[in-house]
Amino acid sequence: MSADILALLIKATGQTLYMVAVAGLVGSLFGIPLGVFLATSGKGELFPAPSVNKVLGAIVNATRSTPFIILVVAIIPFTRLIAGTSIGTSAAIVPLTIATIPFVARLVETAIREVDPGLTEAARAMGASPMQIVFKVLLAEARPGIASALTLTIVSLIGYSAMVGAVGGGGLGDLGIRYGYQRFMPDVMATVVVVLIVLVQLVQSAGDRLARKFDKRVRPR
Amino acid sequence: MNMAIVKNRVKDPLHTAANDEPQMQKSATPMVAFECVSKRFAAARSSAEVIALDSIDLIVPRGSVTGIIGRSGAGKSTLIRLVNGLEKPSSGRVLVDGVDVAGLDEKSLRAVRRSIGMIFQHFNLLSSRTAFDNIALPLEIAGLDSQAIEERVTPLLDLVGLSDKRDRYPSELSGGQKQRIGIARALATEPKLLLSDEATSALDPETTRSILALLRQINKELGLTVLLITHEMEVVKTIADHVAVIDGGRIVENGPTFDVFTGHAHETTRALLGGLAGMRLPEFLTNRMTEQPEPDSRTILRVIFKGENATEPMLARLGSDLGIEVNILAGAVDEIAGRPFGMLVVSLRADEAKIADARQFLASHGLASEVVGYVR
Repeated sequence: MSADILALLIKATGQTLYMVAVAGLVGSLFGIPLGVFLATSGKGELFPAPSVNKVLGAIVNATRSTPFIILVVAIIPFTRLIAGTSIGTSAAIVPLTIATIPFVARLVETAIREVDPGLTEAARAMGASPMQIVFKVLLAEARPGIASALTLTIVSLIGYSAMVGAVGGGGLGDLGIRYGYQRFMPDVMATVVVVLIVLVQLVQSAGDRLARKFDKRVRPR
Repeated sequence: MNMAIVKNRVKDPLHTAANDEPQMQKSATPMVAFECVSKRFAAARSSAEVIALDSIDLIVPRGSVTGIIGRSGAGKSTLIRLVNGLEKPSSGRVLVDGVDVAGLDEKSLRAVRRSIGMIFQHFNLLSSRTAFDNIALPLEIAGLDSQAIEERVTPLLDLVGLSDKRDRYPSELSGGQKQRIGIARALATEPKLLLSDEATSALDPETTRSILALLRQINKELGLTVLLITHEMEVVKTIADHVAVIDGGRIVENGPTFDVFTGHAHETTRALLGGLAGMRLPEFLTNRMTEQPEPDSRTILRVIFKGENATEPMLARLGSDLGIEVNILAGAVDEIAGRPFGMLVVSLRADEAKIADARQFLASHGLASEVVGYVR
């Protein structure tokens, strides 16, 4: 492999990491509160708002069922509004983030719903306010589940980021398509895949370790 | 701090009675009073309502251990949740220390809840917090700083005998230890009332006894009123001064534990008491027993010994004084609320007049008796 290709590979890896990091961060920033709200705003729950819950739930479902590549082109006007352009790595972060928010929200909702309702009841009996219950009970107890959810999100984001080559987003997936496939360079393709596998492995094992650290439900050996 | 909030609520102008003679009123007000409380739930997939509680009137005396016993589905969980406002009554009032809980707004209700501790069947400890941090949770919620929390939690760990488990997570503790942490957590805000929701139902008999002993100790030493619900006879028998028997959403019997259990008038009480010493007749007897006397049959009598009388040799005197042959068939002596209680099933060979004499003799010495049947 030539030095030029190697430089491309390093640049593409950097772009992937950049997109995944920003989209993951911003997506979680919006996705986690949304997930908490989805898990606590049903009828008779902490912040009862069943109709808002239904509407948000429908929007989340709609976003999640739109194929990502279609989402990328569908929201180009919005992307232009946020990023100033619809082409390039930074612009690609916008659709990635939009796709991440509902993804994180649903996973966090599931993690929160798995917290024993008896704990919420105990906290209410102690005189805790709904916000105290969210922070001291729900988020604290759901930490292992949320760690797993964010791990899964980042892994999925690495996959999604391969598609934003369509709008000039760059990144590893784009490199693989343009050099490995369109220019018949199987060694580039193989290298890209290996780098992606290594990235995913690293993220997954770091996430697993974090989830295990948070999880006190099982007796430590 | 929390107690002060609650005291202020008692002096709330809405409760003018409390204003006249605060001191007297305070001691006269029961810790909890249910006044004609009903609770209805909308039934799933039907327009009909489920009546969980039906016109409950009940007093929990200050400083007492009061037990509410009933089968599952009798409404006891709903009843105990009305006390700290986790459930709202459909009608009637629930007064805690003179304050109508259902009438409070969320903020005042939270303040009242901090003066009421609660323990649960499944402990409801946070798995992500150590024993220490679990006990600290209600104090964090109340907004205490870490030094005040430390000062409060350490003696509580000591009280429940788990100082060495301070930094352990619930998954590293046994059921009994978890419940002890639960109790310490419930006591953290120095409540005046402790609610116990089937607190020993998930524990083995030995652990149950040690938890009950701890609750008793807390009741005596801290003067804390305890309201507990259970389906276990043992629990009520061991620690409750007062008991209410609940069935089908109604209180069917209610009073000092000893009187209720030894009077055993209502059939639900009887059913619950089935396991109590001497209540169930041995099978060899029920197989042969008839309801009407036949010629030459013997009378089966259940004699109930209560309290001090349990120690006097009355049956022997039945033979020596009245000349009636007494044959003991079954029996047991038990202890209810700390007082001895015994039941003997005896057969007497005597005619009806003699039996009446015998029962009168027993009654004159404070022993209740009932004819349960006849055997040839």
